[in-house]
Amino acid sequence: MLTLEKVRVSQDGFDMAADLVLGAGQITALIGPSGAGKSTLLAAVAGFVQVASGRVLWDGSDITDLPPGNRPVSILFQDNNLFPHLTVSQNVGLGLRPSLRLSTDEKGRVEAALGRVGLAGFGGRKPGQLSGGQASRAALARVLVANRPLVLLDEPFAALGPGLREEMLDLVRDILIGAGKTVILVTHDPGDARRVAAETVLIWEGRAEGPYQTGPLFDDPPEALKTYLGQGR
Amino acid sequence: MRGWPGAVAAAAVAVLLFGPLLAVMARGGSMPGLTSADWAAVRFTVSQALVSAVFSLGLAVPVARALARQRFKGRGLLVTLLGAPFILPVIVAVFGLLAVFGRGGVVNNLLAAVGLPTLSIYGFWGVVLGHVFFNMPLATRFLLQGWLAIPAERFRLAESLRLPVFRVLEWPMLRSVGPGVFMVVFALCLTSFAVALTLGGGPGATTVELAIYQAMRFDFDLGKAAVLSLVQVGLTGMAAAAAGVLTVPEGFGAGLDRTVPRWGRSSRGLDVIVIALAALFLILPLGAVVVRGLSGLTGLPASVGWAALRSLMVALLAAGLTVALALPMALRSRGRWIGLLPLALSPLVLGTGVFLIAQPLVNPTRLALPVTVVLNALLCLPFAIRVLGPAVDGIEAGYGRLATSVGLTGWGRLRVLLLPRLRRQIGFVAGLAAALSMGDLGVITLFAGQDHATLPLVMYRLMGSYRTEAASGAALLLLALSLALFWVFDRGGRVDVDA
Repeated sequence: MLTLEKVRVSQDGFDMAADLVLGAGQITALIGPSGAGKSTLLAAVAGFVQVASGRVLWDGSDITDLPPGNRPVSILFQDNNLFPHLTVSQNVGLGLRPSLRLSTDEKGRVEAALGRVGLAGFGGRKPGQLSGGQASRAALARVLVANRPLVLLDEPFAALGPGLREEMLDLVRDILIGAGKTVILVTHDPGDARRVAAETVLIWEGRAEGPYQTGPLFDDPPEALKTYLGQGR
Repeated sequence: MRGWPGAVAAAAVAVLLFGPLLAVMARGGSMPGLTSADWAAVRFTVSQALVSAVFSLGLAVPVARALARQRFKGRGLLVTLLGAPFILPVIVAVFGLLAVFGRGGVVNNLLAAVGLPTLSIYGFWGVVLGHVFFNMPLATRFLLQGWLAIPAERFRLAESLRLPVFRVLEWPMLRSVGPGVFMVVFALCLTSFAVALTLGGGPGATTVELAIYQAMRFDFDLGKAAVLSLVQVGLTGMAAAAAGVLTVPEGFGAGLDRTVPRWGRSSRGLDVIVIALAALFLILPLGAVVVRGLSGLTGLPASVGWAALRSLMVALLAAGLTVALALPMALRSRGRWIGLLPLALSPLVLGTGVFLIAQPLVNPTRLALPVTVVLNALLCLPFAIRVLGPAVDGIEAGYGRLATSVGLTGWGRLRVLLLPRLRRQIGFVAGLAAALSMGDLGVITLFAGQDHATLPLVMYRLMGSYRTEAASGAALLLLALSLALFWVFDRGGRVDVDA
């Protein structure tokens, strides 16, 4: 369970406020127009941006002042989620040991994770030899093996075509939620949220509202969301 | 971990720079003023540097323009060749220039054959010729970068509006890039020593750098050397300050293999002539070194072999030291500027300072090789920082957050992220430092006795004693070793690197 307790974040003259409790073991979507503060909020949870006030708690313990690498958090960005000079196996292995000195058992876990995301046998390749979808799968495998229960997805599939993106979202739901992780998904596409997110948080002009049950929210949207979704709906 | 090694390196560099500088100031500050001969050296230094910079830049403009516009077989090779003089041992280039422009050289033979008066390569114009040979190619590469930085869309727009391309696009670029290039060349010519040593000399053609050497080696007058060193510090300090005001071109440009698109009005004929002349200017002296050297290789004295081994050792140690100092300094953005300070000091000034410190304690001759290693590493440091610093920043911008999020910190971050991604730049820097130190004929001349000569110094002595056959063999050996060192390191950084 992720708790944002009266959190305020300031970044480049932009203010973001959030007071939320997000459920464990499910996908929560953060939806809103670009520039509303979705990524800022995610950066605060990941520890890349210091909160100005308030507290961030994971399962009741305060993680507000922990450095990013010490938080129970994995994050995937829009791009650069793999190191191009490392093999796929090494990239995945980073999730287990940043030193890359893996035991035989840990190597086995890397192989198993690659198998889970459909990349069995791809371990020896470099990211440059992968398609966009395969690179996303490799990054998911790293998140899967890491001993970090909270996963933040900052539109990592935005550059993929619609079909491939849905495939990835399903994969996130099936393997990450299946492995007991908690996922927060930033998106500007309501379709993404409806497809995989149990709950949805609206990010609107520097404020976060919710979480709402995703289905009912889109069936009967509040005014602000209606504006965002457009009249044609 | 990112912090203290960089701080230690920066502190070491500061001590190595300011120690000799203070020694020079302490000795030179209490001495009488300059003689008229010293003032003549100052005037000669500044005027030859100005004229060299004017010619280097003036000739580089048409060459860069032609290279930017024309696409032809061997263009990539020629652009690479333009980078060669920078890592070429000065004494080798001078040997080649003598073969082409010297007495009995190709040019003078031609002039004599058609009944024209012959040229002398010694004195003011010889020094300028040497400096143009080294710096025109460098200036060309910088300008070519400027040309290729003009977006293709602008050329298209200018052509579609029938605007004069030179006035609206090329001249503004030259005005913004040119002064910085001029200043770089001017500063390099101010501190250049070996060209003045070999092609200058005498009352009319002595630079301050050369005067320091003469005061030390011929007059054994340390006080005078210290005074001249202070004068040189003033000159280079002013040049460095001026370069700081102007935008100095960065790095050693990759991606020079494109051409500027042209439509309609093209003057291919003139461009071809310009490119051919520039290529000949570069290739003839180097070709002469190779041709003459091949016949000299067989009769090389054993002293040349030992000198080559000493030079290789100096080069490898200097390359290692350069990387060891530059890498930790590049890893932190604070204090990086300290690594650029050696630009403001010349080799012989630093050498004089070290000599002053060492002389009461130990016979300076015994320090010849270690001092050559350390000072060469120091003098390569600014180039190394300029290459490594931006590369580190780029890696952090692209992959820093990913590395942080997976918990890569300290040594792990260095080992898993930074070192592998910096391999190309480290290889380039090590190659540059190795080649420059291999060919160094500056600091070593102050310290070396009969026993500790490096290959450039042995070659210089062979030339001085008219043993041309052996000198030409040594020249080819030195050329081959310098280029090979650069190639091995640079290549080692490139193989099997993924973008």
